[in-house]
Amino acid sequence: MKHTMFSLKKFDYKKIRNIKDKTVRKILLGFGLTAVIFIILILAFLLMEGLPFFFNGDSIDFFTGDVWDPSSPNIPRYGILPMVLGTFLVTLGAIVIAVPIGVGCSIYLAEIAHPKIRETLKPVIEILAGIPSVVYGFFALVVLSAWIDDFFHSTTRLNALTGSIMLAVMMLPIIISLSEDAIRSVPREMKEASLALGLTKWDTIRGVVIPAALSGITAAIILGVARAIGETMTVLMATGNAPVISFDMLTSMRTMTATIAVEMGEVPFGSIHYHALFAVGIVLFVITFVINFIADKVMKRFREKY
Amino acid sequence: MSEDIEIETKNLNLWYGDKQALKNINMKIPEEKVTAVIGPSGCGKSTLIRCFNRMNDIIDCCRVKGTILIDGKDIYNKKMDVVELRKNVGMVFQKPNPFPKSIYENIAYAPRIHGLKNKKKLNKAVEKCLKQAFIWDEVKDRLGDSAKSLSGGQQQRLCIARALAVEPEILLMDEPCSALDPIATAKIEELIRYLSKEYTVVIVTHNMQQAARVSDYTAYMYIGELIEFGKTKQIFENPYEESTENYITGRFG
Repeated sequence: MKHTMFSLKKFDYKKIRNIKDKTVRKILLGFGLTAVIFIILILAFLLMEGLPFFFNGDSIDFFTGDVWDPSSPNIPRYGILPMVLGTFLVTLGAIVIAVPIGVGCSIYLAEIAHPKIRETLKPVIEILAGIPSVVYGFFALVVLSAWIDDFFHSTTRLNALTGSIMLAVMMLPIIISLSEDAIRSVPREMKEASLALGLTKWDTIRGVVIPAALSGITAAIILGVARAIGETMTVLMATGNAPVISFDMLTSMRTMTATIAVEMGEVPFGSIHYHALFAVGIVLFVITFVINFIADKVMKRFREKY
Repeated sequence: MSEDIEIETKNLNLWYGDKQALKNINMKIPEEKVTAVIGPSGCGKSTLIRCFNRMNDIIDCCRVKGTILIDGKDIYNKKMDVVELRKNVGMVFQKPNPFPKSIYENIAYAPRIHGLKNKKKLNKAVEKCLKQAFIWDEVKDRLGDSAKSLSGGQQQRLCIARALAVEPEILLMDEPCSALDPIATAKIEELIRYLSKEYTVVIVTHNMQQAARVSDYTAYMYIGELIEFGKTKQIFENPYEESTENYITGRFG
């Protein structure tokens, strides 16, 4: 009997196992590669459609010109500066509003709130991230702009401030959720050491917890900013869409994303204007890529810490 | 015992939720001596010393009954200022836990908040504490470096220096050597002997040789109860209780 057990070659289990193992690995590798392929394809498409602008259009005016007027009957102008400024100001406004609230809220949730309150509040905040941006935009358009009009008596109901406030609300869940994780991962022993020195809870938060969680909080803020820069629908609906150079938060502005979204539908395929919009897309891609890259570096430092 | 008493517990009971972790502890810890608390894992040694600076307060389900007197004052009294208490009762933890700051800032942080703003005086205080903790010579040229760049043993001595910086009278040590190698341990033990000239030290350890080496008094605990408390020599050479003897001779634990 012993002899037959080892000579049963009909079912070579080892071989079958190996084949199974290899197949599964290959399939998973395929899934993994899909994501990479998509990114490469998107980038290739963006470059293919955007680069012709730099060969045929006025590249210098693109980066330095202060007028974006592609449909002018005389000389169409493709200056990206008003939109870069628009994106920059609207995002900056959002950062100024969202960072203190977001970081403060995450400190409250992680360090001060009773566990029961945290268990309820955190999911609610995370729901904010799931609301479609068009809903935010609609809210900005109808409700928020009226409030801002009442409060500031602005010349235009839709302006950069409306967009900033709305973007801030959209950044909050990212900032809160990620900063809270960072703060909660500060070792308990470190907090105890501080309390044991006769320092108050506030001293401990200020002097020990926040410095220890700082890189995590920074990464959270950067990711929130990346979200704000890439956001399209909300700013399109909230900021009033005027590609002008202005530093007044109460005037209408237009972001890079909104420009692409508004004009892409009406542009003749293959025209300079069409390629110019893709060129704007390339600039946007580079900006978000750099931001994500920085966030990744900061996060890595944060992970190495403990 | 002719010494002055620094810490006295009277019928101390403590619960984590429904589980009783300390049962009717009565002990008197003398001033400016080293008292070791020994016993098998989970017997409540750490819980006991964490009562002395009310560190258990931050654990939600923890309840304490009974009295602890430090310098004759009931520390669980409602009027007790916990911040003041903790300034007076320093603590060193099992794992070295320096702050994510420079070596200098680790020491200077607490005294500065407690009101020592003068730069010169602060520098002096930092130097004094680092010298007291036998680490000054190793770090004096690199005070601005991150505390994380130190070795485990150095970090632990830094943590001791940090605890000394707020000028406590009592120093609680919760297995301060359990994460360290023998050489670092020897240094810390030497330090403990030296510190007992000025401070009351209570050290939790489950290394019996360590208790025998460093302490003047030893408390033996078993499942939340204080089984025996006395001079270290007596506990180790001639314990009254059988349980103590069994533990010390290594029959269990």
